[in-house]
Amino acid sequence: MGRYIIRRLLQFIPTALGTMLLLHYITSLAIQFSGNPVRALFGDRQPPPAMIDAITKRLGYDDPCLDQKGSLCIKLFGERLQSVFLHFDFGINLRMRPVTDLVAEAIPFTLKIVLVAIIFEAVVGIAAGVIAGLRGGSFSDYLVKISTVFLISVPIFVLGIVVREYVGVKFGNTLRGQDWIPDVISSGVFASGFKLEYPFASLIIPGLVLGATSLATTARLTRTSIMENIRADYVRTAKAKGLANKRVIGVHTLRNSLIPVITYLGVDLGALMGGAVVTETIFNVPGIGRLVTQAARTGEAPVVIGVVTMLALVFLVTNLIVDLLYAVLDPRIRYE
Amino acid sequence: MSDLTSAAAAVGGEAAAPTPTGPAPAGKKEASASLWADARRQLVRDPVFVVAAIYILLVTSMALFPWLWTRTDPRACDVKFHRTPPNAEHIFGTNILGCDYYAFNVYGARPSLAIAILATTGIVVIGGLSGLLAGYFGGWVDAIISRIMDIFFSLPFLLGAIVFLVVVKDQTIFTLAFVLVLLAWPTIARIMRSSVISSKNLDYVHAAKAVGATNGRLMFRHILPNAIAPMLVYATITLGSFVSAEATLTFLGVGLQAPAQSWGIAIAQHQVYFLEDPWLLLFPCGLLVGTVLSFILMGDALRDALDPKLR
Repeated sequence: MGRYIIRRLLQFIPTALGTMLLLHYITSLAIQFSGNPVRALFGDRQPPPAMIDAITKRLGYDDPCLDQKGSLCIKLFGERLQSVFLHFDFGINLRMRPVTDLVAEAIPFTLKIVLVAIIFEAVVGIAAGVIAGLRGGSFSDYLVKISTVFLISVPIFVLGIVVREYVGVKFGNTLRGQDWIPDVISSGVFASGFKLEYPFASLIIPGLVLGATSLATTARLTRTSIMENIRADYVRTAKAKGLANKRVIGVHTLRNSLIPVITYLGVDLGALMGGAVVTETIFNVPGIGRLVTQAARTGEAPVVIGVVTMLALVFLVTNLIVDLLYAVLDPRIRYE
Repeated sequence: MSDLTSAAAAVGGEAAAPTPTGPAPAGKKEASASLWADARRQLVRDPVFVVAAIYILLVTSMALFPWLWTRTDPRACDVKFHRTPPNAEHIFGTNILGCDYYAFNVYGARPSLAIAILATTGIVVIGGLSGLLAGYFGGWVDAIISRIMDIFFSLPFLLGAIVFLVVVKDQTIFTLAFVLVLLAWPTIARIMRSSVISSKNLDYVHAAKAVGATNGRLMFRHILPNAIAPMLVYATITLGSFVSAEATLTFLGVGLQAPAQSWGIAIAQHQVYFLEDPWLLLFPCGLLVGTVLSFILMGDALRDALDPKLR
C-alpha cells in the first residue's frame, strides 16, 4: 500500500505540471492575441504610456514573449513555477491582491454550498436508493427510477432558474409578507439569491440545487448496488441462519452496497468544487466559480492559473483518498 | 466535470467499469454479429427506446429541415407585439423582440444538435483511438497517454470550458465543439482503454497473433469490435450531456451569442420574465430537457441490450 501511495503521488507531479503548463499557455495566448490586460483597468480613458508601462511591469505582464504570438513562454513558466513552489506565491491580480487572499475569501462560500450539496445527496440519495433497491419492481422503485432520470436530464441552470423564481421570489415573497416568520427563514433561507447578512442560511437552497443531479446519481448507484447484493450468497446465508430482517439488511446488505456509493460521493466532492460555477452565477454567490469566470474575462492569468490548478489538485487528492478508502472498505481490493 | 461524469455515472454507474461483451473464442464473427442482432431485436421491442428515438428523429428533422416545421422567419420580428402569449397566429407566442417563438425554437435545434454531434464524433475518434493505443500497447505508450488524459481529466469541466472559450473569443459552433472535445475525450479514452485491456488477453486474440496478424489488424479487426460496446453506450449518453453543456455555456455567456437562435439563448434571454410569462422558458426548456432525456434513455436501453449478462 505504501508503494502504491508513493507511485500515485509521483504521478501527480507530471499531471500538475502539465495542467499548469496548459493553463499558462492558454492565458499567454490570450494576452498575445488580445493585448495587454492592464489596459482594461482604465476602460475608455487614455492614460499616459509611461503609466501603462509602469503598471505592466509591476504586475509582471512585461515579459517580451507575451508579444510573440504563439510563443510558449517557457521562461515565464519557469519563473511562475519557482514562485509557486518555492515561495507559495501564486501571483497577484490586476488590483495587486494576492491570489491566495482571493481564494481564501471565495472558498468559504463554495465549501458551504458543496457541503450542503453533499449532505443532501448522501442522505436523500441513499435513502431513495435503498427504498427502491429493496423493493425492486414496486411502485416506489419506479418512482425513484423515473424521477432520477428526469433529474439527470434537467440541466442544472434550468433547475436553478426555476427554483430561484418559484421558491426564492414567489414563495419567498409570500413568506416575507408574514410577520410571525423569523427573518432567517423568510429572507435568509428563501432569499432569491445570496445574502451577506445570512451567509449560511441563504446558501442552503443553492446547495440543494447543486446537489440535485448528483443526488439522482447516488440514488441510482445505491439502487443497483443493493439489488446486486441482496441476491448474494452471504445475504441468503444470513437469512437462512434466521437473523432478524433488520440485521440482514442493515449490516449484511447495506454495508457492502454502500462501498461504491461512498467512493462516488468522494469523487463528487472534488467535482462539485469546480462545478458550482452555474449555481454560483444563478444565485449570485461570490465563490470560486465566479472568481475564475471574472478573472478569465479580464485576462488575469495568475488568478486563472492559480485557482484552476488548486482545484485540479483538490480533485486529484480526493481521487487518491477515494482509491485508498476503497481498499480499506473492501478488503478484496489490494494495492501492491 | 459536473454534467458529463454525473450523467454517465448516473445511468447505472457502469460506464467506467465496462462489461466484457461476450468473449467468444470460437467463431468470433458470428458471435459478435449475433450480439448486435440480438441487441437490435431487443431495442425495437423496447417502447422507451422507440419513443426516445422518435423524439430524437423529430428534433433532428427540425435541425436539418426547419422549413418543414415552420414557414415563419424567426428573424421577422415586430417589437410592437413583444411577449404576446401563445395564440392562434403564434402558437408559442412571441419573444421579447416580437419574433415568432415557435420558429425561434425550431431553428434553435440546429446549433445544439450540431455541436453535440460534432463533439461526440470528435471524442469517439480521439478518445477511442488513444484509449485503443494505450490499452493495446501498454508500457510507456500507456504511461504517456494516461498522463495526458489525467491532465485534461483533472480540469474542472465547466471552469475549463469557460477559460478556453473566453480565450477563443470567437464563439461559433466549431469552437464550442472543439472545447467540448478537448475536455471530454479522456473519459471515453479511459472506457476504451479498460475494455481493450480486458479483451486483449483473450484466446482469440492470441490465436490471431499466433497466425501472424499485424498490430493494426489485431487492434482494428479483432479487439475493437469486441471492445466498442461500452464506448457506444457512453457516446449516446454524452450526446445528451453535450446538448445540455452547450445550453449551459450559452447561458453563462461564453457560448453562442445573441443573433443566433439556440435553446440556450432563448432560456438566457427570458429568464427574468419567468414569473410573468412562464411560457417563454417553458418551450425551450421542454425541448432541451426532452432531447437530453431521450439521449440518456437511448443510452440506457442500448446498454441493457448490449449486456449479455442481463438476458
